[in-house]
Amino acid sequence: MGRVKTIARRTFLIGSAAVLGGVAFGAYLYKRPVENPLLPDLAEGDAALTEYVRITSDGVTLITPRADKGQGAYHVQAALIAEELDIDLDQVTVDPGPPSPAYYNTALSEEAPGFMPTDEGFGANSMRTIMGAAMKIMGMQITGGSTTTADSWEKLRVAGAVARETLKAAAAQQTGVDVAEMTTTRGTVVLPDGTAIAYTELAATAATLDPVQDVNLKAASEWRYIGKPMQRLDTVSKSTGMQDYGIDFELEDMLYATVVTNPRKGGDCWWINDEAALTMRGVHSVVAVTGGFGVIADNTWRAFQAAQQVTAGWSRAPYPAEQSDHWAALESAFADGKQDSQYRDDGDVEDALDEGDVVTAEYRAPYLAHAPLEPINATVKVSTDRVDVWTGTQVPRFVQTEVGKITGMDTEDVHVHVLMMGGSFGHRLELDVCRQAAEIAMTVPDTPVKVTYSREEDMTHDYTRQIAMARMRGTVKDGQVETLDLGIAMPSVVSSQMSRIGLSVPGPDAQIVAGAWEQPFGIPNYRVTGYRAPELAPISSWRSVGASSNGFFHDSALDELIHAAGADPMEERIRLTWDENARAVLEAVADMSGWSGPSMGENRGRGVAFCMSFGVPCAEVVEVTNTDRGIKIDKVFVAANVGQIVDPETLSRQMSGGALWGLGHSIAAEITHSDGMSDQQNFDGFEAMRMYQVPSVETRALELGEHVRGMGEPAVPPAAAALANAIFAATGTRLREMPFRNHFDFV
Amino acid sequence: MRLSVDGKTHEVDVEEDMPLLWVLRDEIGIKGVKYGCGIAQCGACTVHLDGVAVRSCQTLAADAVGANVTTINGLGTPAEMHAVQAAWAEHQVAQCGYCQSGQIMQAASMLAQIPNPTDEDIDAEMSGNLCRCGTYPQIRAAIVTAAAKLREA
Repeated sequence: MGRVKTIARRTFLIGSAAVLGGVAFGAYLYKRPVENPLLPDLAEGDAALTEYVRITSDGVTLITPRADKGQGAYHVQAALIAEELDIDLDQVTVDPGPPSPAYYNTALSEEAPGFMPTDEGFGANSMRTIMGAAMKIMGMQITGGSTTTADSWEKLRVAGAVARETLKAAAAQQTGVDVAEMTTTRGTVVLPDGTAIAYTELAATAATLDPVQDVNLKAASEWRYIGKPMQRLDTVSKSTGMQDYGIDFELEDMLYATVVTNPRKGGDCWWINDEAALTMRGVHSVVAVTGGFGVIADNTWRAFQAAQQVTAGWSRAPYPAEQSDHWAALESAFADGKQDSQYRDDGDVEDALDEGDVVTAEYRAPYLAHAPLEPINATVKVSTDRVDVWTGTQVPRFVQTEVGKITGMDTEDVHVHVLMMGGSFGHRLELDVCRQAAEIAMTVPDTPVKVTYSREEDMTHDYTRQIAMARMRGTVKDGQVETLDLGIAMPSVVSSQMSRIGLSVPGPDAQIVAGAWEQPFGIPNYRVTGYRAPELAPISSWRSVGASSNGFFHDSALDELIHAAGADPMEERIRLTWDENARAVLEAVADMSGWSGPSMGENRGRGVAFCMSFGVPCAEVVEVTNTDRGIKIDKVFVAANVGQIVDPETLSRQMSGGALWGLGHSIAAEITHSDGMSDQQNFDGFEAMRMYQVPSVETRALELGEHVRGMGEPAVPPAAAALANAIFAATGTRLREMPFRNHFDFV
Repeated sequence: MRLSVDGKTHEVDVEEDMPLLWVLRDEIGIKGVKYGCGIAQCGACTVHLDGVAVRSCQTLAADAVGANVTTINGLGTPAEMHAVQAAWAEHQVAQCGYCQSGQIMQAASMLAQIPNPTDEDIDAEMSGNLCRCGTYPQIRAAIVTAAAKLREA
């Protein structure tokens, strides 16, 4: 049975699918599914959705299934297809496409648990293969893990090339001219006599052909787009107010709603009193949602106003009520029985610690909200035979499944339309708003309802970044770092996040030690141990996930030991690394910053930090001045190796934006709990970096090695450590807890 | 009540205390104006009242009667961009872009009053506008470009 289905599916994939009078090309046409006994049958109907290039007589559409949260994903995906398709970006429409297992993310499997990104051995690559198969089996259409560029790099160029060659074959059939004599440019096939035939005129013929599978990708010397500065496709629309986001979605006869749920995340709602709210102008109804209520009105503000007039009875929090209890839970997690992983144990740490003078330190990283500027929202319409969901999401297939469960609709009858996101930083991996919008929309069949969170609901129900602690012991000898023993305790992000879609994940959580255990340093005695704290407040993936706290812990610890050894922070990191790409990145940032030691004169100092995360070695230098009014960040330098630059402009923005994200949160931001509720409700309490604090930022991307990597996250983890190290250089005070403004004023 | 927005007159039937933000977005349908915080902490909702930047989430509808309201959609269009919008496009400021309507309206208002702003002026005038993506260095550069262009004009 399995084999028959596999063959049938492949037959379908190999034929080009005629779509609405046009033709669609997929990368599978070239890279057939590998014969792998691990692969069970894929879902019915997935084959029809494998296209990346759709051509009709009206135009050419490039399908960009990785979601755009502002990182430029649509643009980068479109550029990769267009490069090979020989069409210009001003000639195409970009469409994120429908949710489909065909759009599974291969590159997510690069994070093979227990293997360093630098490890190219048999074991590591076998694990990556198994993980890749798992992604495919599960049809993991996920945008995350800084994988969009890596995942798209080959797939989308191949899709473009297959389409191009098939269009040439169609032109050959129409004209009788030999394919070898044709060229392609700006969306046309050009014949030897100069006649140009538009792709749109070839679509109908191409739809009848078997796509050409034997294609060559262009040499780097032929690239028109890749590696060259481009203008992002959404630049003008986002500069003129013309870009619509999920929150702007509008339909005829739509109703506007908001939700209020138990301010203690995940708690129950016992009762509500909506008498006053129901008398208010424009209020349609107040309805129950899981853990709270929704207010439906004829205007978002009226829904907000009415929601404030509803009283409710809330249960206690399903986690410790006070912040101090959360920290206590982490402190008690440093115990042998709670060890989660020890992927790294080089040399003999215990012996070394017995012999030398031991340097010790303890570090803390708080809960943090994602707080994208566009509040969380979703529009849902429930009809008799279908459900439509319009929302910005990183996980459209999860949305489909969850909304299907709530509405009792088959998954294939749930149509998810992915809309542009006003930021995410991981927040739009969560599904609550889609579930709630479905619950609300079920009460008003055939009527679209847009649910918009108030900023307060968004922030107080943000599944935050993990809270985390680390303890370091180390020794130095003869001016060098000799021992680094780092223990990290946090609850499991993966476990918390997966539990919300009913999945449990066995084994250690690599995120507990990500950004620490796999650092490419040759410290003689070197151990990194992860400890799993119990689940506390629910947590989620926050830009760079485990590495967002661990990059701070690991590099701060290393910096303390380098200082104890009396070595130069830059030189010692360079000496310690055995990875040539990491060394090149450190040398680049030293060059950019004119590194001449941490001291820059009275009240001034610079710090360097390094973290490899998501396979990207990234080093940052921060320069600060200790002024009369507080610490001023003067300059930031960011260097990273991504293997291959697709668009230097987009890349540079991710490098500088990532560093500022890391710096801004390390200075001022935290989410704390009292009586089970978030103490911070809006941007007055959860402070982000503002213009007056922003330093100049210089970036440099390197293109070393075989791997293509993404830069959405890797600039985040080193930032806080580089700042703390710089403040130490300028003031002599070592900051070991974020946010730093609890210890210093910042200007 | 009657509101003048982007050169057009709109008759709206709303509560006097409905914030201008929600009149613009949900009643008139101008979506370039964004909701971010509702308490004047983020600046995403910035529009001009008679040329001066205000936070539309804190401006009551009734207080906008009789004034000329300009939104990002009225400042310029893709075909005919205002100098500030053109500078934003030139510097490719936007990442997610959600804050940029407000940033542009704030910058345009500042430049109308301070044609040649110093870094300190930019800090003072722009620090009420949040950008979560961290586009601040590009915003600063675009303001300098726009200021030069506007001084030439």
